[in-house]
Amino acid sequence: MADANAIEDTPEIRARWGNFAWSAENAAKAATIRARYPAGRQMSCTIPYLDLAQRQVGAETNTQGWLPIPVIEFVARELDMAVIRVLEVATFYTMFNLHPVGKYHVQVCGTTPCWLRGSDDVFAACKNRGMTKGKTTPDGLFTLTEVECMGNCASAPMVQINDDNYEDLDYDRTVAILDALANGQTPRAGTQEPGRHTVEPLGGPTTLKEMVSANHDYRSEW
Amino acid sequence: MLADKDRIFTNLYGYQPWNLDAAILRGAWDNTKALLALGPDTIIDRIKASGLRGRGGAGFPTGMKWSFMPKNPTSERPSFLVINADESEPGSCKDREIIRHDPHLLLEGALVAGFAMRARAAYIYIRGEYIREAQTLFAAIEEAYAKGLLGKNACGSGYDFDVFCHRGAGAYICGEETAMIESLEGKKGQPRLKPPFPAGAGLYGCPTTVNNVESIAVAPTILRRSPEWFASFGNENNKGTKLFQISGHVEKPCVVEESMSIPFRELIEKHCGGIRGGWDNLVAVIPGGSSVPLVPAEQIMDCPMDFDGLRAVGSGLGTAAVIVMDKSTDIVQAISRISYFYKHESCGQCTPCREGTGWMWRVMERLRTGDADISEIDTLYNVTKQVEGHTICALGDAAAWPIQGLIKHFRPEIERRIVEKQGGGLAPMQEAAE
Repeated sequence: MADANAIEDTPEIRARWGNFAWSAENAAKAATIRARYPAGRQMSCTIPYLDLAQRQVGAETNTQGWLPIPVIEFVARELDMAVIRVLEVATFYTMFNLHPVGKYHVQVCGTTPCWLRGSDDVFAACKNRGMTKGKTTPDGLFTLTEVECMGNCASAPMVQINDDNYEDLDYDRTVAILDALANGQTPRAGTQEPGRHTVEPLGGPTTLKEMVSANHDYRSEW
Repeated sequence: MLADKDRIFTNLYGYQPWNLDAAILRGAWDNTKALLALGPDTIIDRIKASGLRGRGGAGFPTGMKWSFMPKNPTSERPSFLVINADESEPGSCKDREIIRHDPHLLLEGALVAGFAMRARAAYIYIRGEYIREAQTLFAAIEEAYAKGLLGKNACGSGYDFDVFCHRGAGAYICGEETAMIESLEGKKGQPRLKPPFPAGAGLYGCPTTVNNVESIAVAPTILRRSPEWFASFGNENNKGTKLFQISGHVEKPCVVEESMSIPFRELIEKHCGGIRGGWDNLVAVIPGGSSVPLVPAEQIMDCPMDFDGLRAVGSGLGTAAVIVMDKSTDIVQAISRISYFYKHESCGQCTPCREGTGWMWRVMERLRTGDADISEIDTLYNVTKQVEGHTICALGDAAAWPIQGLIKHFRPEIERRIVEKQGGGLAPMQEAAE
């Protein structure tokens, strides 16, 4: 936490985001979220509301989104909470961006299981496209972040870019994904290993082979 | 090898659709009303008899955990089931497959477990980074409500039970049960002191049980097929089937459901195509996720993969996240990267962990480059002992154990680097102390 940057609160940010309010669509989503928790426990909505707000900021700025201070204050008002209670949540959880990010937030996992399978090559591919950890490229397209284990260890190494995971990466596959995104295309999410479906052993499953071609019901064999 | 007919997660790889119609054809939600008709006490007794131990890492007997919940909750103070889907332990990637490929097994389990512990509702806390997985889960919940399987009079049982999905936002510590409860209440995920235990005062101050996704998802099948069936797999005290997740230097990393107590060698040979470069190339294995100490090659090869078998070699089953390392691995860097992970994920509440994780990582980095004094290996070991057991939750222990395992088994390698770098000269201590 010691290396966390100060959170900006400038007149420009206030002018841009001071009137932040839910879009019609997100107001409906916010109501749905609130209904999941008992009456009087609206504080449970802190994380879902911050996520929703960050996504709305993202939609308005054509980026992955971030949380300007006035937006955090808006969430506090919505939930009838002290601003500090929402701010401390926003600063505690890593998925909340406290600074603007690019159109694509490139989150490369560098934890040991991914590192063993070559996450250094994934970082190298990002670096050779002009990305620096913690920074956004000058064209505003990519922000590179090193993240901790994303739970895709059996198809490592991986990167999460905005809402999608790209798994079984190497240098060239990473370059291909970044190129596709830069060209406005949508690369296929999931494993990039030809012939692999998800997390079965490469070359085909060693178990449950009937499931590959049909929705097999094993109960008759019990 | 476990037969396919005895596998619980038949759509593990997602070749078939996850949705309700497909799940029902595979056997999910099959007359769940009859399972509930057994009554809460019988369900708990049968889960106890099956020998199921929690699949989230600690291995606490699941049936016993359920039995701690109050028998007569009131509407003012209802009971809650919280399902831990905050899978963040490096190496672990099994709950993701359950949620995105067979979410209805989890939802049916939520109803059965919730009913057995007399809970009013279940909250599934899924880690924020599982974005697509959460979308699947939300959609599956909606399907189950539309068919009357959840909600009022769930499955026509006369029991009202709600299941909600709650997304986190990126914090490993929220996998600790009381931190998860704090986070669900909308706060920073900082663990609570115990007691009171969650079964006494948990979510919103109400009795709460926190269970791992896999523990909950296997419950309906155990009840359908009998506790004896489940207990027929694995060694004594380590029963059942288990999702193993093998990553690192094997030919074919994968997730696979196998019998508990399967020997390491068999697991790797049958499902992973062997060790990269052959068995002689194996150096060490972290058998249960980053929190458990590594085990050198010669000790793990024929070790049964279960709670007791791995404890006997000074490690643990954890979540059965098996991280394999061959001779190309810089073993000190592998552990140092884990130390960085814990430094990054310490919630900052307890001083030994907040300060200790960063300190230990900085020393580990100097050991990695050999920029240290031989005596600092013992200093580091002593510090891990001062962190271990002196924090509210187990994150301090989890940060200490991998380093202890490294020093225990690879001290000569650490010493070699130091000697090579500077001939054993005295290292400046200030850097580490800052």
